[in-house]
Amino acid sequence: MKSSLYGPAALAALTALALFPLSAAAQKSTAEGIAEYRAMLADGNPAELYEAKGELIWKQARGPKNASLEKCDLGKGPGVVKGTFVELPRFFADTRRVQDLESRLLTCMEQLQGFNAADIAKTSFGTGEQKTIESLVAYISGESRGMSFNLPQAHAQEKLMYEVGKKVFYLRGGPYDFSCASCHGEDNKRVRLQDLPNLTKEPGASTGFGAWPAYRVSSGDLWSMQRRLNDCYRQQRFPFPGYASDATIALGVYMGVNSKGGASTAPALKR
Amino acid sequence: MSDPMRIRAQAQGDKTTVRVLVSHEMESGQRKDAAGKTVPAWFIQTINATWNGKTVMSAQWGTAVSKNPFVQFSFKGGKAGDKIVVNWVDNHGDKRSDEALVA
Amino acid sequence: MNKTQKKVALLAVGTALTVLLAGCAMAPTSQAVDEATAQVLKGSFREQGIARLDRLKLDASNQACSEAAGKPLDEKLAKAIEEANLKTVKFPLDGKFIGNWREGEKIAQNGRGLTWSDKPGEANGGSCYNCHQISKAELSFGSIGPSLYNYGKLRGVSDPAAAASKPIVEYTWGKLWNAKAYNACSGMPRFGHAAILGEQQIRDVMALLLDPQSPVNK
Repeated sequence: MKSSLYGPAALAALTALALFPLSAAAQKSTAEGIAEYRAMLADGNPAELYEAKGELIWKQARGPKNASLEKCDLGKGPGVVKGTFVELPRFFADTRRVQDLESRLLTCMEQLQGFNAADIAKTSFGTGEQKTIESLVAYISGESRGMSFNLPQAHAQEKLMYEVGKKVFYLRGGPYDFSCASCHGEDNKRVRLQDLPNLTKEPGASTGFGAWPAYRVSSGDLWSMQRRLNDCYRQQRFPFPGYASDATIALGVYMGVNSKGGASTAPALKR
Repeated sequence: MSDPMRIRAQAQGDKTTVRVLVSHEMESGQRKDAAGKTVPAWFIQTINATWNGKTVMSAQWGTAVSKNPFVQFSFKGGKAGDKIVVNWVDNHGDKRSDEALVA
Repeated sequence: MNKTQKKVALLAVGTALTVLLAGCAMAPTSQAVDEATAQVLKGSFREQGIARLDRLKLDASNQACSEAAGKPLDEKLAKAIEEANLKTVKFPLDGKFIGNWREGEKIAQNGRGLTWSDKPGEANGGSCYNCHQISKAELSFGSIGPSLYNYGKLRGVSDPAAAASKPIVEYTWGKLWNAKAYNACSGMPRFGHAAILGEQQIRDVMALLLDPQSPVNK
């Protein structure tokens, strides 16, 4: 007879688990369990696959102009990638606008490669050139992994966008009277079992803002910050925020400036 | 057109640990799309790893393995600079091979 | 201090001043911020499905609570908001406040409704467990609102129909209908006032909280 994989001791342990009373301790262990699960997965975060692909796409000649993105200026000069993620959104002299990573990528894809930025902005997440952006944001954020957020606030537009972002963050509307602050305005809150970072100050701001883009295990794909914000607004019961619209960029400035000194973990791993 | 795998191989003492992240949809054949149509199964059937040309791991997979699989295995031997090659074949006949050096 | 040290100190002061001046010159006025915010909101959102742009029109309560940006409201303003919201509370016409706790539990569990991906005409959930602990059996509960476990029991409600229970029953109904009637900037949706839940659904949630037979009060 083949011996069972599970000896009597293991069976006993399993039974004990099943009989374990569900108490406050179980609550804690659920959160611990989630943390343990993340730690196990962190070794093989599929976001890395997107990073690798993003690097290839960055260097690949594409689009109507058959050009690469290697001359794209993400804020530290054409072609510089490392360290740019922790300083975005910022003011760009050529567009005269404060831009986040994704709106800046649209500018580069249009100017350097000849894509139509408005068309990409209208494209559904996870399809067409939006899929390209998923990989690009994974690569670009990964190049600043572990670096501290340090958004520039010297330009008047940057200051203004911070204040606008704060207004937008606290704006209550829709049938539920929700704002971003409903979930992310205080410490130690949870929605169901999901911990909610307080995005108004450190360390919560960089924990939340500094984790996106992230690979979502539940949906098996990589979500950019724009996609994250879009789904926040869906759940807030708001109308639809345009892709790379000024409201989303202002929120990025608000959260990013609040993250000052905190380390970026993007592209991170989410449930 | 499949995307590259991420392979990391680390020699420690008398064994080498290999960690592989595979980029693949791994459709189970059980899911339905928005229109209610079944999404056909699409999965890696065989995956192999060689160390300096010698097979050190081979596996047959089915639809129970989830999207973007993570594989970890170790073998006896191996030193820095040795070549690890991982390749897979899926049920579409699509193939991919990537390599890495042992660190 | 020797000469060199003095020079360095002066230089440092000079630099600090320049930075300060640059900072002062460009801090946006609150009027500029308000105008820019209005413009940004106008240009950023579009209608999608059932989520229309009128969702960005704020009533007086939301306007005041948005502007408070997480800080407590001026007491007089808070009072005025609470009074205005209390006026909207509609008690059930037939005088029946308590429904079926089993249905109430389903409503509390259900977090669907009113997003742009929801279809019109579907019954909405109450999303109660997203923010509150309610029954002991459900471990997946949020902590944005207070625990409601033993809600009726802790308030001494042994018979919701008894005259002694009336104040608690009416307050609970009012809180579900329009939470801003009792706390101007409450984070809780105004389930009745905003027509998120219908009267019968609110009766059922009332039962979940107040019926002695409900697991919440066990």
